Amino acid sequence: MNAPLVTGRLLRLGGGRISLRVGPRSVVVGAVAAVVVVVGALLAMTTGSFPLTLTEVAETLVGQGSRSTEFIVLDQRLPRLVLAVGVGAALAVSGAVLQSLSRNALGSPDVIGFTTGASTGALVAIVVLGAGTLGTSLGALVGGLLTALLVVALSAGRGTQGLRMVLIGIGIGAALLAVNSWLITTAQLQTAVDAQAWLLGDLSNRGWPQILALAAVVVVLLPVLFALGRRLALLELGDRPAGALGVDVGRTRTILLLCAVALAAASTAAAGPIPFLALAAPQIARSLTRAATPVLLPSALVGAALLVVSDLAVTRLFQPVPLPVGVATGLIGGLYLVALLVRLWRGSTT
Amino acid sequence: MTRLLARDVTLGYEGRTVARDLSVEIPDDSFTVIVGPNACGKSTLLAALARVLAPQAGAVVLDGAEIASYRSKEVARRLGLLPQTATAPGGITVGDLVARGRYPHQQLLKQWSDDDEVAVAEAMALTNVSDLAPRLVDELSGGQRQRVWLAMALAQETPILLLDEPTTYLDISHQVDVLELCARLHAHHGRTLVAVLHDLNQAARYASHLVALRRGGVVAATGPPGEVLTEELVTDVYGLACRVLPDPETGTPMVVPRRPDWMAGRAVEGAGDGRSVAGG
Repeated sequence: MNAPLVTGRLLRLGGGRISLRVGPRSVVVGAVAAVVVVVGALLAMTTGSFPLTLTEVAETLVGQGSRSTEFIVLDQRLPRLVLAVGVGAALAVSGAVLQSLSRNALGSPDVIGFTTGASTGALVAIVVLGAGTLGTSLGALVGGLLTALLVVALSAGRGTQGLRMVLIGIGIGAALLAVNSWLITTAQLQTAVDAQAWLLGDLSNRGWPQILALAAVVVVLLPVLFALGRRLALLELGDRPAGALGVDVGRTRTILLLCAVALAAASTAAAGPIPFLALAAPQIARSLTRAATPVLLPSALVGAALLVVSDLAVTRLFQPVPLPVGVATGLIGGLYLVALLVRLWRGSTT
Repeated sequence: MTRLLARDVTLGYEGRTVARDLSVEIPDDSFTVIVGPNACGKSTLLAALARVLAPQAGAVVLDGAEIASYRSKEVARRLGLLPQTATAPGGITVGDLVARGRYPHQQLLKQWSDDDEVAVAEAMALTNVSDLAPRLVDELSGGQRQRVWLAMALAQETPILLLDEPTTYLDISHQVDVLELCARLHAHHGRTLVAVLHDLNQAARYASHLVALRRGGVVAATGPPGEVLTEELVTDVYGLACRVLPDPETGTPMVVPRRPDWMAGRAVEGAGDGRSVAGG
């Protein structure tokens, strides 16, 4: 046979009934990210101010631990780990989908106001309604969804929809940021401190109900989005070309938008605003895989790996008072992204 | 029965109607070319025929059923569209872009078959881009890129193919390349082609059936180019005084605009026969 026409490897199963095209680089990147998640998970469970052996952790997980290991593993470390993986994957995929739909790297939920809107919802719950953790999460969810609805509605119509959505989102986000500051200044001192703590984004002190709620959203929505990945790639050609290739453009875009917004809002509800992850993780995944299409599964794994590592860094390096995890995602994700882009641009110009 | 037709369609975008009660039939096995002045609704009509724009009223009918009643992928297996504006994702190879034309034939768990491979290879051979397969689309010239998009539409292997101004941005030799290819597809591969073209002489040369639209999306005339393209029609539709002469190569109608009064006696300047400007 001649040189292959298309890139990627063909995976054939069941006598040709199933055939998948996979990019070898995507597989490698996904596998490496998965290994990082697993190693990070093992470190997260065993190290810390109360070191445990793997055997102790395993025994505790199957219900044969002591009261103290149960507290450390089941109430402290496991929820934190599950939250990190879920939030990392959710934000990364949300960012990947929104960046692809807006055809703009800045089209990620933290840049176009969705996360800020979720914060506004949470602050209203904390400051105005005096809500507890569950109420705060609900507030964040509602705030994020309403903001997304507003941004999408305002940017609807013909023309360069992507750029319009980014610009309108940035505008709405800036306005909401002002509202957030105002809400904090009106609050009582202790409430303001609580609100400020929530705004930093944190994986600790979240209860199992919130974590399971996020996990449910992630487990349901990620497969939906993975299945829509090919259509998302076709939408990048433009609405008409995609429509001509048999993509139901309006419906597909609506489903993609809804799922991406729900993921961003749900993860903000669960962990507060985690900066930069939704922007950086998909970009890192796409640069590493060198794919011309959005790579949702590798993005999810890279996002999870990034957040697990970030959380390890802030909790293990800064004891006894850990930094908010957002500080680490900003530093690690931001610097790594800059390094990648600089290398990429250097490579393309020489 | 005609496979593809628009029946009393009203076309437009939010707040702006481009055409009202427009009816057009695309004869089977024809190379139909739609011509008309700027903003007369040519591309809009094509978009409606391809189902990428829903008519505000009326219906587009494909194989006897309203096109909106089909599943999107089913439509995409019967008719393809080469749109005017398409963006290639950065970093995509030519082969991968052409392969996207196979999407309507694929499923979630069946992403690449031998048929796909053959169709892509054939489409690339026909458009003469086989050698470009591993190259990045970003690196191509305008002419090459247009052929790649055409290959993508061909890989879709649809009996009907719609082309929206396939010659725009191409120099004249590449324009002829693309039109010759279309004519061959029509003549040898039995495809029904519908193209929007600006150049009336090219339209007359390559079309088997011409649809002339007036401003406001009204059909001025339809039929073989020899019957449709008359001096009266061009004056009527474009507001241009012209003569229609037989094309010296093909005998098809050729539109030559009349010389305006102020040019009288000037056109000979530089003609090289020594006559100088008179009058004025």
